[in-house]
Amino acid sequence: MNTRRDFLKCALAGGAAVATAGAGPAQARGNAEISPDAVGLLFDSTLCIGCKACVAACKAANDLPVDINTTPDSPWDVPLDTTARTFNVIKVYKDGKATLKDAEQGGYSFMKSSCLHCVDPSCVSACPVSAMKKDPVTGIVGYDKDACIGCRYCVAACPFGIPKYDYDSPTGAIGKCQLCRHRMQDGHYAACAEVCPTGATLYGKVSDLKAEAQRRLALKAGDTTAFPRGNLTAGDQPSWEGVVPAYVQHVYGEKEVGGTQMIKLAAVPFDKLGHKPLPERSFSSKSETMQHTLYGGLALPVVALGVMTFLAKRNMPKDDGTEGTHTDQQEGGR
Amino acid sequence: MSAHVHAAPAPVGGRLLNAVSFVCGVLILAAFAILALRFWGGLGAVTNLNDGYPWGIWVVGDVVIGSAFACGGFSVAMLVYIFNKGEYHPLVRPALLASLFGYSLAGAGVIFDLGRYWNFWHILWPGYASPNSVMFEVAACISLYILVMWLEFSPTFFEKFGWTNAQRKVGRAMFFLVGLGTVLPMMHQSSLGSMLIVFGTQLHPLWQTMALPAIYLISAITIGYAVVLFESCVAAAGYRRSIELHLLTPLAKVMLGMLGLYLALRFGDLIVRGAIATAFEPTLQAFMFWLESIAFVLPLWILGTPAKRANPANLFVGGAVLMIAGILLRVNSYLVGYQTGDGWSYFPSIPEMLVTFGMFAIEVLAYIVITRRFPVLPREDHAPAGQAA
Repeated sequence: MNTRRDFLKCALAGGAAVATAGAGPAQARGNAEISPDAVGLLFDSTLCIGCKACVAACKAANDLPVDINTTPDSPWDVPLDTTARTFNVIKVYKDGKATLKDAEQGGYSFMKSSCLHCVDPSCVSACPVSAMKKDPVTGIVGYDKDACIGCRYCVAACPFGIPKYDYDSPTGAIGKCQLCRHRMQDGHYAACAEVCPTGATLYGKVSDLKAEAQRRLALKAGDTTAFPRGNLTAGDQPSWEGVVPAYVQHVYGEKEVGGTQMIKLAAVPFDKLGHKPLPERSFSSKSETMQHTLYGGLALPVVALGVMTFLAKRNMPKDDGTEGTHTDQQEGGR
Repeated sequence: MSAHVHAAPAPVGGRLLNAVSFVCGVLILAAFAILALRFWGGLGAVTNLNDGYPWGIWVVGDVVIGSAFACGGFSVAMLVYIFNKGEYHPLVRPALLASLFGYSLAGAGVIFDLGRYWNFWHILWPGYASPNSVMFEVAACISLYILVMWLEFSPTFFEKFGWTNAQRKVGRAMFFLVGLGTVLPMMHQSSLGSMLIVFGTQLHPLWQTMALPAIYLISAITIGYAVVLFESCVAAAGYRRSIELHLLTPLAKVMLGMLGLYLALRFGDLIVRGAIATAFEPTLQAFMFWLESIAFVLPLWILGTPAKRANPANLFVGGAVLMIAGILLRVNSYLVGYQTGDGWSYFPSIPEMLVTFGMFAIEVLAYIVITRRFPVLPREDHAPAGQAA
């Protein structure tokens, strides 16, 4: 009776210690801060005409093969979703007869699906081998297949379902948009924004993109305004005059999971466009708060090891050579 | 502790080739054939894995569940050496043996699930290793623990080969190995729960909680005792040995104590967060949650009275049901409660399942070979079965 009570007491104390350690705010970290020089994309769903020039340009810029995930009788590569071999697709929302552009009822709308380059990415936090890394200056979430072990924790962790693994290759790697960082030395920028004829996909510094998004949301629907194209910060392509649509008053990616460097505007509610509402606190900050609380400076494990070793030493016979069976064995003989 | 006098461990003896070991051998061969295909054609050639469910039963079954089932050694060693319950000492070696194989295979099993396995060493290599990643913690801890367990178990081999010098040396460090052997599994068993925190809202609120590390740890310790009950009953039946009721009956009580703690934590957390309301929605997740909960509560009834705990059938069933509960918690939190979006689904393919069966077959076969040839189980002076001491 007594023994059980003692044991339960110890177990309860241990459990309570684990629980309080888990809840302790000592090492809590909030969302990561965005770099002042961060670059990204602004995708304006109302400007997208579904030409998919960005899909083709992405394939060419990243030297990607034809996808296996294409529709069976299509004459060209028509990937249905992003995969390890397709980093960017344009998806369509349709309702009813789908005649009206950007109408929630009876209309249709396009949405770009590619990496959002989170300010506080889950994939980077999850990656055990630093194969997923966020550039401290540009904020681009890059991938290094030579470091990757192929555990696919990033695939599972990403709330946007972006990193994809190539299951059909014996040496499969992860595939995802890296904002054409390999083309930047030559003065290029994201190929999808370079080729976009309407400026629906716009490249630039995130601070500029955010200001542009807010400018559009402040306009009156039906008025005309100038829509920049290509690189907003560099102003390399001429803008064009267009009619202001009835925007949903929400910049998707401004706050979601701690913010993203690709932000989005639309005239159809975002959850209809495959963008579920997400909390403002990043998931990686929660996970890392837990890890750093339990393992920060290895303090807790070292204390636990000290206690356990002390108890084991005290409870183990002094001359014991075989975890307690030595003397028994002598008596028992063999 | 030295006050307790136990029968020394001794090899069980007998033939190695029998129906059980033959079936194990066939399953192991099948698993290796499938693995050859996997390394030739990629993960997609034999598994149903996809980008919505990038982790399947090789991760959840072989590693997450396999390592929880391998907590017997840790749970019993903690009872004996940390809480000074020397009377349970005869259970340490057999439990440690099962743990040793469970963990070693979990470690090996990871390799064929890794898409770029030739880089696996990066996870422990400075410059690559990322301490922010929960998986790094799991990998580092499990690797170290496998090493510690082989050392903890090494006296069994030294004893067999008569290497008394080595036996003494390890014996002198044993208290430290035991200390490490309790802290390391506490760390990674809790981290196997923490791994899910970064999944955020992709994981159903019935499982997504900051209490995951505590839930996983306490359930793993409880399952450790359940596995010992199950294993002792199976070993007694399989080897026609008398069942160690004088140990298993009180151990069952310890297990129920841990189980009570687990249930208080699990339901306390669900109520405090208000997530319990989602358990009453007409969803697959809610149904699976209740299945899981029933499996956790049933042993309280199966082993609820001293008379029931003295009945080997109840010990066996109670242990088995709790193991099923542990499977359900892990399958639910890693697969059923995990939803990445519309259109994705996963159910393991037959080859995928055969590999997992093959892994468990290796454990069973190794257990048979080692207990028959090495001093693991307590010596028995051929008391007729049923006439328990």
